[in-house]
Amino acid sequence: MDLLDGNLELKEVQKLQGHTDRVWSLAWNPATTATDVPAVFASCSGDKTVRIWEQSPSTRSWDCKAVLEETHTRTVRSCAWSPSGKLLATASFDATTAIWENVGGDFECVSTLEGHENEVKSLCWNASGSLLATCGRDKTVWIWEVMPGNEFECLQVLQGHTQDVKMVQWHPTMDILFSCSYDNTVKVWWSEDADGDWSCVQTLGESSNGHSSTVWSLSFNAKGDKLVTCSDDLTLKIWEADIIRMQSGDGYAPWNHLCTLSGYHDRTVFSVHWSR
Amino acid sequence: MVSGLINANPVVYEKKERRLRNLATLPDEYAVEPIDQQEIFDHIRDIKDPEHPYSLEELKVITEDAIEVDHERSYVRVTFTPTVEHCSMATVIGLCLRVKLMRSLPSRYKMDIRVAPGTHATEAAVNKQLNDKERVAAALENPNLLDMVDECLAPSYG
Repeated sequence: MDLLDGNLELKEVQKLQGHTDRVWSLAWNPATTATDVPAVFASCSGDKTVRIWEQSPSTRSWDCKAVLEETHTRTVRSCAWSPSGKLLATASFDATTAIWENVGGDFECVSTLEGHENEVKSLCWNASGSLLATCGRDKTVWIWEVMPGNEFECLQVLQGHTQDVKMVQWHPTMDILFSCSYDNTVKVWWSEDADGDWSCVQTLGESSNGHSSTVWSLSFNAKGDKLVTCSDDLTLKIWEADIIRMQSGDGYAPWNHLCTLSGYHDRTVFSVHWSR
Repeated sequence: MVSGLINANPVVYEKKERRLRNLATLPDEYAVEPIDQQEIFDHIRDIKDPEHPYSLEELKVITEDAIEVDHERSYVRVTFTPTVEHCSMATVIGLCLRVKLMRSLPSRYKMDIRVAPGTHATEAAVNKQLNDKERVAAALENPNLLDMVDECLAPSYG
């Protein structure tokens, strides 16, 4: 793909078969994006399993290396690798979050996080891998602390959204948590200090030029000073914040609406990602 | 299970006659006949109402005119009219419509299912749920709900 020449055409190189129901999501293993390491990604499905795919360095083709099954009892909706690439967290409609570890080529479920009242829809590790956030239809966002020995302790249950929470995402450089919801808003959660309580410091709703229907996803640019949200209202919105001020410890700096991209999609925009 | 029916005395209408497809007029046997209103209606007319022993057609919950099809864009919109304004079965009916069409149409079809404007007390809320693919998928994993839907979709003879 030749970005500089404006050649942005996507070409299918391979179709990967295996899952027996719709594939909801996938995640690249961050430890495998170095040039001499075979690329790996995980996919999760309505067939209740997660598949791990690896690219062969010689043939460049993709093979399924493992099937993570017999753990989730309902659709696996999302998955995310820890920043070190050692752990994979999977979120399921069965109300649990499973943590998997690659033990000599085999993936073992080393922990199961319970607590959500119903379907868990999304999860995200913070930049350092010390925290994991989960969210679901029960309108809550949970923050879990990663302890030694693959133990996870629930730090806090964040209430505030009035409907189903669709997605959670940590800021790329700071421990600030963002959540997108069926209640049409994006909420920003912040903790004054490391052991403090988390609270909602901002809600990006209709009054702040926010979306008029379910917000499905959001993504940060590499620098972390801009974010893009996408929605069932058919638009994408770009937001910005004074990151320098926040990083210098000067307290929270709010996100402001920069612009709305409308007229490009005629159906729900489910997913968005800013290139690195 | 609700002991009192929401609408104990629904109005029952006559069924419209069924059009036989005229195969003799097809010039090319490999030609793809565009999916039209009539075909969509045929897929959903016999869905049973969750509460009464009548079809959605007989109760005028759905009519042929309330179906929009765009064959080129592979898009369908079905507008249905619940028999009463605060029908709690509206989401079940909407789900039945979606499931029946999902099982009957090519997978490329995009579908919008909605209640006829002004016919339901919580119209916006019902429509939002019915068109949220994640909510629909999760609902269909609920065995009780799935049983109810399959009951409504089951063919009845006579």
